[in-house]
Amino acid sequence: MDSNSFDAVVGPRSEDLLPASATTSVKVVVVGGFGVGKTTMVGAVSEIEPMTTEETMTRAGEGVDHLVGVPDKSETTVAMDFGRISLNDRLVLYLFGAPGQQRFWFLWQGLFEGALGAVVLVDTRRLEACFDVLGRLEEGGVPFLVAVNRFPDAPRHSLDEIRAALDLPEHVPLITCDARDRDSSRGVLMSLARFLHSIALTTEAS
Amino acid sequence: MKEADHEWHDDGPERLYVITGGRSGTAAPEALDLVTLVISRAQPAPGMQPERAAIVRLCRAPLSVAELTAYLRLPFSAVAVLVADLMAEGAVETRSSVPPVADLRLLEEVMDGLEQL
Repeated sequence: MDSNSFDAVVGPRSEDLLPASATTSVKVVVVGGFGVGKTTMVGAVSEIEPMTTEETMTRAGEGVDHLVGVPDKSETTVAMDFGRISLNDRLVLYLFGAPGQQRFWFLWQGLFEGALGAVVLVDTRRLEACFDVLGRLEEGGVPFLVAVNRFPDAPRHSLDEIRAALDLPEHVPLITCDARDRDSSRGVLMSLARFLHSIALTTEAS
Repeated sequence: MKEADHEWHDDGPERLYVITGGRSGTAAPEALDLVTLVISRAQPAPGMQPERAAIVRLCRAPLSVAELTAYLRLPFSAVAVLVADLMAEGAVETRSSVPPVADLRLLEEVMDGLEQL
């Protein structure tokens, strides 16, 4: 896009405009490996077509070389999908789908800062993909729950088995969902909100 | 693999350098978040840099910084610089800062809102 084309930037459709009364925004991050259904979940609950935001990776480093198809560039851009839910006239929730792989963690600093919490989306066929993510969230003090996206062809493990395999502490909610389904994905967000509320209650009481 | 299609692509750093005058988002005085809501307080001024005019135009209704980055196809770091400049000029204001700690009332509002979807 050259500079002049900014004159032609098309903004939100009229039905996508937030009301003038919108004053507060919050965010929740859905994090997980490739193909686990982050974008699907964001799209299932979003009131707008999922959009894409970009961050620039300025740090050339280990673990990225093999991915970068442009060896002469020192900057690479990584894209994140996000959606939006107007919770009431005043309050807007943004939902970001963040890649969980370690090489994307440079994105995380600003993303998780100020986030209400996170949904770690997992695929039972590739449980190991989320080990690093879980550790990182715990270290960062980000409250999260784990949602198992039930793929039709995935083996059916019990939640107890999955909890054990993930070495997930008892206090972390573990639920199943179908990321394609609006009500199911909304249920995941409700579970997260209830979990956060219970944490806030405990904090307030102490 | 829908995600993989656009997860990686290259963007010209030179272009961003020109747009932001070589400054990076980390130098922005205001702590802008991806979800900070921006709203215009003025019409785009004649002769305004096209990117800035576009932001002023897009923010006639409240719009998050994340949505701005998507419509402008610019990274957060660049949009943050432009929005901070526009704030300093009084052309836009931010309406929403992310609460430092999620309080009970806010979480109850979130639950109520999700229930009514």
